[in-house]
Order: sequence, then C-alpha cells, then structure tokens
Amino acid sequence: MFQYDFMVHAFQAGTIVAIVAGIVGYFVVLRRSSFAAHALSHVGFTGAAGAVLIGINPIFGLLAFTMSGGLLMGILGRKAVNRDIQIGTVLAFMLGLGVLFISLYTGYATEAYSLLFGEILGIASSDVLITLISGVIILVALAILYRPLLFTSLDEDVAEAKGVSVFWIGIIFMLLIAAATSIAVQVVGVLLIFSLMVTPAAIAERLASKPAQGIAISVLIAVLATWLGLFISFYLPYPVSFFITAIVFLIYIFIRLMPSTRNFSFQAHYQK
Amino acid sequence: MEKQNIITAKNLSAGYSSGKSQKIVFENANFSIAKGEFVGILGPNGAGKTTLLKLLLGLLEPISGEINIFNECPRCGNIKIGYVPQHHSFDSELMIEALEIVRLGLSGNKLGFGMPSKNRKEREEAFKMLKIVGAEELAHRPLSTLSGGELQRIFLAQALIGNPDILLLDEPLASLDIRRESEFVKLIKETAMARNITVLLIAHNINPLLSALSRVIYVANGCVAVGNPGDVLNSESLTKLYGSPVEVLRDSYGRIAVIGAEEGAHHHEHE
Repeated sequence: MFQYDFMVHAFQAGTIVAIVAGIVGYFVVLRRSSFAAHALSHVGFTGAAGAVLIGINPIFGLLAFTMSGGLLMGILGRKAVNRDIQIGTVLAFMLGLGVLFISLYTGYATEAYSLLFGEILGIASSDVLITLISGVIILVALAILYRPLLFTSLDEDVAEAKGVSVFWIGIIFMLLIAAATSIAVQVVGVLLIFSLMVTPAAIAERLASKPAQGIAISVLIAVLATWLGLFISFYLPYPVSFFITAIVFLIYIFIRLMPSTRNFSFQAHYQK
Repeated sequence: MEKQNIITAKNLSAGYSSGKSQKIVFENANFSIAKGEFVGILGPNGAGKTTLLKLLLGLLEPISGEINIFNECPRCGNIKIGYVPQHHSFDSELMIEALEIVRLGLSGNKLGFGMPSKNRKEREEAFKMLKIVGAEELAHRPLSTLSGGELQRIFLAQALIGNPDILLLDEPLASLDIRRESEFVKLIKETAMARNITVLLIAHNINPLLSALSRVIYVANGCVAVGNPGDVLNSESLTKLYGSPVEVLRDSYGRIAVIGAEEGAHHHEHE
C-alpha cells in the first residue's frame, strides 16, 4: 500500500488533520459551537469554489473565507456563535453562492465533488507541506491558550472575572476552527467535517473525566478512523470519507448505547 | 477599634449603555463594607443586584461616582475576589470531574499547560478546598451527576481556591430546596468566619440568610438602601425606597415577607 505516493500522502495529511481536528473538536464540543464550525466549512466551500473559478489553489480560497467568517463570528461573540437560526441562514446563502461559483466554472465537476466530500487520495506533497505547517501553527496556538481556552469553554463568567479575555479567546479560537476546517476539508470535505471535528470529540466528552484525557481520546479516535478508512478504501472501491464517517459514527452509537457511560468514565482510575 | 472598610461606594451610579442610549440601573449609592461582614444583596428582578457585583469584579465601569475595593478601582482578575456567578456555561451532560472545575479557579487564567509537578499540587489544593466545603467525596464525580446543592459546593470550592478576601455569590441558593438553603448558608458563614472572608451574597429569599446576615444592601426602584437587616427591612424604609406603599410582615419564627410594591419584590418563605 505504501509503495504508492498517493497513499503515503493520504496517510501523512490524514494523520495531521485527524490530530488537529481531534484537539480543536474537543473544544468545539465543550463550547457547544459545532454548528458554527459546520457553518464555517460551508463558508469555506464558497471560498474554495471561488478560488477554483479564478484558477488558484482552492486551499487559499478556503482559508480566506473560513478565516473571515471565523473572525466575524469571534467578534460577534459566543452568544452569537450559538444562534443557530442566524448561522443557518448565512450558511444556506453561502452554500448557494458556492453552487453558483461551481456552475460558472467550466472545468471538471470533480473539483466541486472533492470540495464537498474530500479527496484525500489526490493530495500532492505540496499540499501535505501546507497541511503540516498549518497544523503545527494551530497546535502551537492551542498549547499556548490551553488553560484560558478550557476555562472560558467550561465556565465563561468565572473565567472573565478571573481576568481571562473572553473576547480575544473567542476570536482566536474561531480563527483556529477556521484554519482547522480548511485543512480538514481536503480529507473529508465540507459536508462531512463533523466526522473528524465533532464526532470523535463528542465520544471523548462522554468518556473522559479530565480534559487532557478527553483530548487524547478524541485524537485517538480521529486518527484511528482516518487510518482504518484509508486502509479499507485501498481495497474497496468506495470513498474514504464514507468509511471515516461510518467508523466514527459506529463508535458514537456504541458509546451512546452503552447503559452506563457515566459510570464507565475514567474517573474510577483516579480515586484518591 | 473600627473595622477596616474594604469596599466603599460614593455617589455610585451604574447602568448599561449601547451606542448613544444609556440605561441607568441605580443611582447615588453610598455604602462601605468592612472586612468579615456577611452582606445580603436583595431586591426585585432586574433592580441591579448583579450589576453591583459586576462593578466590584471590574466587568462594568460606573456611570458616575466611584467604587473602590481594597482602596483601588475594581479590576478583572483580582485574586482577592472569589466569584460564583448565577449561571454556568457548561453543558448539563458534562463528564469532567468536579476537581478539574475547582482547579481551574486557581490556574485557568494562566497560559500554557502547566508543569506536571505544579498540576499535581493544584489538584491537591483543589481537593483540600473540596474538603473544606464538605465535598471531598464529590471530587471525582462527573459534574453531570451532581445535584444543585452539590454543584453549589463545587462552585464555592472553586471560588475559595485562591484564598480570596471577598466572596461574591450571585444567587447561590436559587437551585436549592429550603433545607439545603439553610445548610448552604451555614456552610458559607462558617467558612467565611474561619478564613475572615467578607461575603456579598445575592438572594431572592432573605429568610435562609437571617441568621448569618450582618448587613443588607437592598436595591430597588433605581435606589440602594444599606444598613442592618432590621433597619432596612421594615415597612417605612422599603416604602421610601420603592416610592410606593410596601409592608414588611414577620411571622412568629421571625421570617419576613415583603408585600406590596411591584410583583417580584417578595421574600416569601415558600412552605
């Protein structure tokens, strides 16, 4: 499998994206901002479609649009980020605009398809490099902001009273979601972003009693699902993104159906 | 010897402005609070009780007048203040253990991850605080499994963890039944006395507080009345404050009911 460059690139980019999405996703889930994250990916779709239309690398369009959208959401604040109806309205418009851009594009329809559902097997080594650099920047920023971000995600009012700038943390985090979304789109596409950025984190949230454990579980599930998805798709003629989404979904269902997830959580191992 | 004042307000007016419009919540408040006092902040909904706490936390600037805390203007992140807000933003299904939430009160505002040895010490400190509020057995329980009363103990431990001089508690009794209200007030009172902490507590129902209160700040009708519970919570004083007839009744247990004025100005014992 690894004698093929496209598979090596897929594993490299997929692993970076899974790690970043797993970590960012954990905070997205804690902050209940998953719809905002989903909306950003749709905004990114329009940006990428626009970039394709004018003949530049779609990742630049993705980054420009998601970052602008993230900045705007960050400025409007967390209460705005949780306004589903307004976000849904903007999301629908942006998707419509993206469809217009795609229809104006006279090239192959595969571009649109890969934006919507991901095209991990078509990643070039230059894309891997962009993904790696973006991923490292996002992870360094998250490492620096870890505790205040966690504090504002769990208890915003107390964090603010303790001197944490809720406003700036909100803006920076939305920019980090935007950047993470942009690189994740290559793997799972805009429509399936939940599979790497929300579902693994949602599973982790139900299992972990400590944030660090939650992040570790989220990353582990995202990486394993990506690897397993790539492995299966090498032998079967179906899209990788389907396998990734199916794997995380099955784990999620299994965890939800477990009768006592609460008692199963890792707390038991940490009794004094 | 006269006790040292740690909070003073002079001609204090507070409110919120958006664009050119300004909404005054209360005006011309004058009071001082000494170290070790247990102060109940009372008044109807929307009168400005939380606004007063926001001023002390440095989250809101006064419109006019001044408010000082430890002889300086309030500022965000003052480690001498422990704060329990009325609402918490985390999800009701959150599986994070209580100890982690308490610990955030100590280091949640610092950048980075923190060194492992320091993190261990913080967890020990958080555990100690949970012991102080009688909640050590809740340390490793997920927040989602805790009752309203248990959660309030966790939040109290979080507010206490930096060894503050002042506790600001915004409606900590709201989610408790009558028996738990009295127990929780007793816990706050004993903890505050043992550590010489000044307490400002917003409540809707004054009765569970009566045994603990040293003074009352009553916010209503854009005005603020401050004094001993007996001086403020009487028909004459509250009628003057509301600007309309108000009657304060006491039952044979000494419990108080405020009747009249607008709806929402009541402090009934709901039994």
